[in-house]
Amino acid sequence: MRPTIDIQTLRDKAHWVRRETLLLHGRAPETRVASSLSAIELFVALHYTGIMAFDPKNPRWEGRDRLLISKGHGSICYYPILADLGYFDSAELDRVCLEGSFLGGIPDTIIPGYETINGSLGHGIGVACGMALGLKRKMASNHIFVIAGDGEFCEGSMWEGVMFAAHHKLDNLTVIIDNNKLCMLDRCENVMAVEPFDQRFAAFGWETRRVDGHDIPALLDELTSLKQRGANGRPAVLIADTVKGKGVPELEQDTLCHIRTLTPAEISRATGGDK
Amino acid sequence: MSKPKIMTMRDSFIGTLCDRMATDDSIFFLAADLGAPALDRIRDEFPSRFINVGIAEQNLINVASGLALEGFTVYTYAIAPFITMRAYEQVRVNLAISSQIRPVNVTMLGLGGGVSYQVSGPTHHCLEDLAIMRLLPNISVYCPSDWVTAAALVDQTRSISGPKYIRFDGKALPSFQDRIDIDIMNQGFRELAAGNKVCIISTGYMTHRAVSVAEEIGNVGVIDIFKLKPFDRVRLMETISRYKHVITIEEGFIGGGGLDAAIGSMLTDERSPVTLDRLGFNDSYVFELGSRDYLHGLNNMNNASIAARVRKLDNQ
Repeated sequence: MRPTIDIQTLRDKAHWVRRETLLLHGRAPETRVASSLSAIELFVALHYTGIMAFDPKNPRWEGRDRLLISKGHGSICYYPILADLGYFDSAELDRVCLEGSFLGGIPDTIIPGYETINGSLGHGIGVACGMALGLKRKMASNHIFVIAGDGEFCEGSMWEGVMFAAHHKLDNLTVIIDNNKLCMLDRCENVMAVEPFDQRFAAFGWETRRVDGHDIPALLDELTSLKQRGANGRPAVLIADTVKGKGVPELEQDTLCHIRTLTPAEISRATGGDK
Repeated sequence: MSKPKIMTMRDSFIGTLCDRMATDDSIFFLAADLGAPALDRIRDEFPSRFINVGIAEQNLINVASGLALEGFTVYTYAIAPFITMRAYEQVRVNLAISSQIRPVNVTMLGLGGGVSYQVSGPTHHCLEDLAIMRLLPNISVYCPSDWVTAAALVDQTRSISGPKYIRFDGKALPSFQDRIDIDIMNQGFRELAAGNKVCIISTGYMTHRAVSVAEEIGNVGVIDIFKLKPFDRVRLMETISRYKHVITIEEGFIGGGGLDAAIGSMLTDERSPVTLDRLGFNDSYVFELGSRDYLHGLNNMNNASIAARVRKLDNQ
C-alpha cells in the first residue's frame, strides 16, 4: 500500500531538490550535474515517503534500511536532501568541493548518509549482496536499496553480483536503475547495449519492474510494493526510465551532457532567474 | 623438539580457523571455488557460514566487504594471483579505502605464492602480490614461512581490525619451531639463526633456503620476515645493525616493491651503514618448466647462488 502522502508536496520537493542541485553545481562546477538530475525523483521517493527507514541523527543506526549509491558521481542531488533531512548543516552546501569540506565532487563514506565508497563504478551490487546476506543471517528485516546507473552495467562485476543475489535468494535487496540511456560519450545503445534489462534480469532469476523514473506516484507504488514483497526468494530490480539532465533543455538535448558544465546563465534560466 | 612435521600453511590455518568458528559465530569463510582438505571440515560443520562465490574473485571481495560492513569477520580464499590482481580494484576500493572510514575486518588468503605452482606458468606464478598489497594503505601484509606461523595468524587476524592479505605457499613444508610467541607475532619477524657479518633476510618459502644455506656455511644470520607491513622497525633495525651485510631473498621481482623495498627503504631512512644485496626474480616472466629449484637456479636464487653471494660478502 502506498504511504499516505500528498503527491504535490513530493513534486514540490523534487522541484526544490532540482533547483538546489543546479545552484550547487553553479558553485561547484566540478560536479556531474546531468546524471544527478535524472535521479532526483528516485531519491525523493525513497526519503520523503516513509519507504526507507533511517535516522539522520544516527546515520549508522542498526535499524536503518541501507542505501548504496553505486553511481556515485550522479548523486550530487543527494547533498541537499541529506542536509534537508538533518544529516548535516545546510551551510555545508555552500562549501562543496572547497578546502576543508567533506562534500566532494564524488561522494564517499565521509559524508553522513553514504554507506560506501562510490567513486568507482561497478561495485554497488556486490557489496550490497554481502550486506543483504549479513542482514539475513542476523535475522534482521532491514532492506537494501542500490541506485545504479545503466551505463554501469558494462562492468562485468555488476553481473557477478546479479548472479550471486539470485543464487542466494536475496529478497531483501532492491536495485533501482537510473536508466537515463546515456554513458559519457554516447547513448548506451550505441556504445554497448545494456538493454533489455527486463529480460536480462529475469533470465538471472530476478523480479523485474519498469517505471517512469520521474513519475512520483508510480515510483511510490513500485517501491512500496517491492519493499513489502516479503520473503519471495528473489532479488528485485526497478528499471526507472529517466532523462539525463532532466529539467534543463540544454542538457536533455546533448548526448555529451555527462561532462557538460552549465554556464551561470544556463543555471539562472533553469532555476527561474534567481542568482 | 618434536620430530619435524610437514604440513601446508593453508590446512594449518584453516583447521585452526574452523576451531574458532565453533565459538565465534561472526566468522564467515568465502572461497572462489578453491578447496583444501581442512576446508571440508568448515563446509561440513558450518555450511551456513561457508560460501563459494564461484570463479568470481571481484565479487568475492565485494561480498566480503558487505558482510564486514555488517559486522562480520570475513576470510576470503582464492589462488594468490587472482585474489590480488583480478580483484585489485575491489581490494583498493572496498577494503583499503573503505576501511579508513568504516571498520572492515576482511582477511584475504592467497594460495600458491611465488612459484609454488612451478609447472603452471606465469598466470599461476605469483611474484607481484606482496609488492602491490604493500602499496595499499590500511592493509596488513603477511607471508608466513611455515605452518606454525600460519596457524598463529588466525588469532592475529581475528584480533586486528582492518583488511589483511596472507600469502600461503602451496607446498607442505616443515616448521622451524613448535610454537611462536605472541610478541614475536606482533613484531612481524624472527631471527632463526644468529651470525657474525652476513645476515639473510627472507620471507615465505625462501626462509627454508636461507636456513639451509646458513646451516651449510655456518655463522650466517637468518631473519624470517613473516609480516611485510607493518613490522616493528625499531627491533628489526636493532637486529640488522649487528651485521655488516644483509641479503634479501624473496619469490618476487627484484626491485618491484616487495621485501627488498621494505628493507631497503628502512635502511635508507635510518642512514644505516649495513649494505644490502637483493635476490629474487629478474624482471621477466618464467615460461620455463622444471622444479622449483630449477626455476630458482635460473634466477640466481637457488642454494648454490645464495651461498656464493654469502661467501663473497663474508670475504669482503
